Amino acid sequence: MKTNICTVHVASPLRSYTKGATKVIAKGASLQEVLADLDQQFPGMRFRMIDEQNHIREHIRLSINTQMTNDLMHPLKSGDVLHLICALSGG
Amino acid sequence: MLTMPTLWISTRKGVFHLSSDTKRKTWKLSGPQMLGHIIHHVVQDLRDPKTLLMAAKTGHLGPTIYRSTNRGKTWKEAKQPPAFRKANEGEESRAVQRVIWLTPGHAKEKGTWYAGTSPAGLFQSKDAGETWVPVAGFNDHPMRSKWVQFGTPDGEFLHSIMTDPRDANHLYIGISIGGVFESLDGGNSWLPLNQGVAMDYAPDSTAEFGHDPHCVVMHPLKPDRLYQQNHCGLYRIDRPSNMWERIGKSMPKKIGDIGFPVVLHPHDADTAWVFPMDGTRVWPRTAVNGKPAVYRTQNAGKSWQRLDKGLPASQAWLTVLRQAMCADTQLRPGVYFGTTSGEVWGSNNEGEAWKCIAQRLPEIYAVTVAD
Repeated sequence: MKTNICTVHVASPLRSYTKGATKVIAKGASLQEVLADLDQQFPGMRFRMIDEQNHIREHIRLSINTQMTNDLMHPLKSGDVLHLICALSGG
Repeated sequence: MLTMPTLWISTRKGVFHLSSDTKRKTWKLSGPQMLGHIIHHVVQDLRDPKTLLMAAKTGHLGPTIYRSTNRGKTWKEAKQPPAFRKANEGEESRAVQRVIWLTPGHAKEKGTWYAGTSPAGLFQSKDAGETWVPVAGFNDHPMRSKWVQFGTPDGEFLHSIMTDPRDANHLYIGISIGGVFESLDGGNSWLPLNQGVAMDYAPDSTAEFGHDPHCVVMHPLKPDRLYQQNHCGLYRIDRPSNMWERIGKSMPKKIGDIGFPVVLHPHDADTAWVFPMDGTRVWPRTAVNGKPAVYRTQNAGKSWQRLDKGLPASQAWLTVLRQAMCADTQLRPGVYFGTTSGEVWGSNNEGEAWKCIAQRLPEIYAVTVAD
């Protein structure tokens, strides 16, 4: 079976998990699978973005290529680029 | 034995610590650690003093817990932070938004900790905070949704988790808003303990639950005695009575008996300190008339003494949150409080005189003592 490989851009608040890396590689055929692979590589990272009810947290945005999505079942194909974005206003 | 207490200052932008000389006259500020993280509580494990836990999140990221096994020099994230179980279809879907409270378990149950969260949830760890599981007896209690029905829009939360030093299965918790609850079976079942407590905001002020305890404390040497600073007054209970007594009635009328913290003297169950706030009209929640003062009772609430020597005499609109006041365990205890405007005040003589020991910090959520 072909493994989909995508590039993940990591927002700065999450880089403590990636040892400072701004871009990492993850595998999966859907957003959910890619997030699971990220958590395998960087334990604890997923829960900071996705809560225990599988909801994307309030101040997290996920973008596949240039399209924002709230759907964890969103499919990914090899070469796709996932952006993990942190969104917060105020001081 | 004279120790040099350390104060852990949990703030909206990280954690700081203050270390003192043995006389607690000079203090050295260090930190921040976890700069930019929202820190709600840092607590030392007296059963294993090298271990501390920290309740944290950031503006962007979900809540978690960090652990230190070297007295706070370095921190490592818990493997499995507190999280509710996955909701079944049709059930209320709850996710932990903040871990607000951390308490080590019973002295004989080494490694056991409890955590309280918003929305109100109780969680337990049996491996010194590395992994956490929900306490189903509370989180799935059929009455839970009714207990917390007056919760504020930003989320009710569970705090003041206490274990009876004589019995590891005897637990108390406070829920703001919800009330005080007691378990005699290690958290499997719970009953409200709110008789005698006012509930001025509620349609039925005689209801068994729905109260707003801001802070509840049990005296370690006299565990049948609890004090409670509530949204609607200051109370004491001596078990096995189920009736709270409003000891705030003996506070001066112009000051009132509203506030967030209540702190106990480590060696004297009749002595407690509070920091009254303005709970009138639109609830400014600042020092009354801009003149901050700590009040102390030395007779279990029969009378109160104003302690304001060294504190600003006017135009000081300080707010002290429920976890932001504490006492150390010296023979003559030091008392400390942190303000939402980033000052830490300390007294090395039981509140007789105060000194500002740190300033210009971020908004302070908690001040805790460690050895």
